[in-house]
Amino acid sequence: MPSQLEGSLAVARTVARCRPQVVAAYPISPQTHIVEALSDMVRTGELAPCEYLMVESEFGAMSACIGASAAGARTYTATASQGLLFMAEAVFNASGLGLPIVMTVANRAIGAPINIWNDHSDAMALRDSGWFQLFAESNQDAVDLHVQAYRLAEELSLPVMVCMDGYVLTHAVERLELPTREQVDAFLPPFTPRQVLDPHDPVTIGAMVGPEAFTEVKYLMHAVQMRALDAVPRIAAEFEAAFGRRSGGLVRPYRTEDAETVVVALGSVLGTVETVVDEMRAEGVRIGALGITCFRPWPLQEVRDVLAGAQRVVIVEKAFAAGAGGIVGQNTRDALRGTPTVVYDVVAGLGGRPVTRRSLHRLFDEVLAERLDPAGLHFLDLNTGLVERELARMRNPRPGPHAESMLRDLGSVGAESH
Amino acid sequence: MAFQEVKLYQVGTYVAGNRLLDPERRTVQARTDRSNAITSGHRACQGCGEALGARFVLDAAMRATGGNMVAVNATGCLEVFSTPYPESSWQVPWLHSLFGNAPAVASGVAAALRAAGRADTRVVAQGGDGGTVDIGMGCLSGMFERGDDVLYVCYDNEGYMNTGVQRSGATPPAARTANTKPVGAEPGNPFGQGKSVPLIAMAHEIPYVATATVAELHDLEHKVEKAMTFHGPRYLHVFVPCPLGWGAASADTIRLARLAKESGLFPVFEAEHGEVTSVSRIRRQVPVEEYLAPQRRFAHLFTDPPRTDVVARIQARADRNITRFGLLQQGA
Repeated sequence: MPSQLEGSLAVARTVARCRPQVVAAYPISPQTHIVEALSDMVRTGELAPCEYLMVESEFGAMSACIGASAAGARTYTATASQGLLFMAEAVFNASGLGLPIVMTVANRAIGAPINIWNDHSDAMALRDSGWFQLFAESNQDAVDLHVQAYRLAEELSLPVMVCMDGYVLTHAVERLELPTREQVDAFLPPFTPRQVLDPHDPVTIGAMVGPEAFTEVKYLMHAVQMRALDAVPRIAAEFEAAFGRRSGGLVRPYRTEDAETVVVALGSVLGTVETVVDEMRAEGVRIGALGITCFRPWPLQEVRDVLAGAQRVVIVEKAFAAGAGGIVGQNTRDALRGTPTVVYDVVAGLGGRPVTRRSLHRLFDEVLAERLDPAGLHFLDLNTGLVERELARMRNPRPGPHAESMLRDLGSVGAESH
Repeated sequence: MAFQEVKLYQVGTYVAGNRLLDPERRTVQARTDRSNAITSGHRACQGCGEALGARFVLDAAMRATGGNMVAVNATGCLEVFSTPYPESSWQVPWLHSLFGNAPAVASGVAAALRAAGRADTRVVAQGGDGGTVDIGMGCLSGMFERGDDVLYVCYDNEGYMNTGVQRSGATPPAARTANTKPVGAEPGNPFGQGKSVPLIAMAHEIPYVATATVAELHDLEHKVEKAMTFHGPRYLHVFVPCPLGWGAASADTIRLARLAKESGLFPVFEAEHGEVTSVSRIRRQVPVEEYLAPQRRFAHLFTDPPRTDVVARIQARADRNITRFGLLQQGA
């Protein structure tokens, strides 16, 4: 039965129905509502048997998950932003050890300047950590991806990050369908660990490996990642058969059949992108969208299959590689190697700036009019005057901190909207 | 010599020789059923105090738990010398994750066992002083305050030996390390720095805190077995000389550990719920010079002219420990 639920609460209830035996988490906005709800469920006994560890840091959270997973428990944590970076060392360790932990990342910007609002710079900073990365487009998607994440993680014995946009999804109340306990139990078999700390059969986990085998152990991580390119769509198909809803998979094309222009994006912005696609289709523009649900492993062939026929691709992404360009853009160019398709890199929605239909429509018009340089990195709704004035101030010997100067320049602290 | 004189003050303590004890109280290492938790063939240096300590700690823990335990290890010498791929010295289920997270990993293992209804399987975490007093401090304190059922053992060799003998928060004043060389106005490690993690552990009011040295291995075993009678967080801080890092002879490991205790520089005691419950008293007090002089890390104190001023400051530290913990025998 559909219900009106906050995204965080919906995810928490779904995670509980996946029956994690250990939850270890440290509070950080905008992840807090998820772990608060799980704490409630453990305390009331609604989620049992389960141990909830209130750790002293995100580094402790991921470390406790590592220990719990190695001891054979289905394990869950959630974090965001600085928290994800603070646990980074343990994030790489979890995948290196092959532990099927599931973690929600309530995507949020990385400071400095400190900013609690949504973008993808946290998940993108750890895109090469060896974890699978799934991006939710809606709260229904977030809920459904968590159920699939446990299947994927435990089948391939690698950890999964389910990325959902902070506030935009975590704090949004939407009508959605929660998977029932019975449905989840039928879909998700009990966790059978590939390796476990057992006094009756002692093994050494986490031995030191030198040059003689390090490459091979790391190669295995890549090989298992590539196997997920088969597992992710298969699990999505099984999910659809069991739950009657489409969710997951590698990529999600929208009106791309005859599209000359395709917009590529991840996460909740896809809803707005698809609305603009509809608007422009109504104007006679042959435009479509491609949602990347699975960013790691990178579905190179699937992306190529959808995009290779297009004349141009516009990447709208909520993170970038300073000094290099777009991140999803670089991956997309790799997929389009050898094709004449032109790729435009556009950074949008940083630190919670809204990505509006009007701005996207104007952007796509500019691209179609060939007024955007495909060689450059573009920032949607960039206040160029503000940047230029700060660049001018930087010619002073002691211009002071950028963020404060620019906020003062704007005339009101953080109140300017675009 | 027809017979060896029995020194009566040893009787009834765990300092006593094995043969003076009831069979039941003899050392774990003297038993045919010892578990050899860390078996031979590892790559520790000759005279490594940590290898010795770890063997006694884990075999005692194995005996106390009937072999029903899991070990978690921080990165460091012990981890490196025991698990060079594809070999492993461990005869117990053993998990190494990172340098600074062993206490949190152990908390996770304990939580998983509890959730699975297997809380009878006990968890022992171990690390060196760098992994414990410095980089692992946050996770250690978290594990303590949450009351997780973990025995954490710190093998303290007073520095980062695995990375080439750098200073840690457990390095004593005046000691030469790779980054506290005996140069400048204050040669070696500065005075007034460092911390006592046993006292910090006691401030958490956890059930059991103890210190021990590898000079009194039976006492060490006893403390491990005692620790396993408690549930909740327990902390054992073991003083383990490092021939390589300290510039000491491999044959002097036990002697140096004994001198550290007998000089008062390393107080050996037990505490329960934040209160000291027993102190291992000094049997024959020695001046700190006896402990310092055989170690090249203190050689700059014994040049011509000798730095008697610095040695006096170290002696003052020993004297403070003696007063603070009541380390001298009554009437001694």
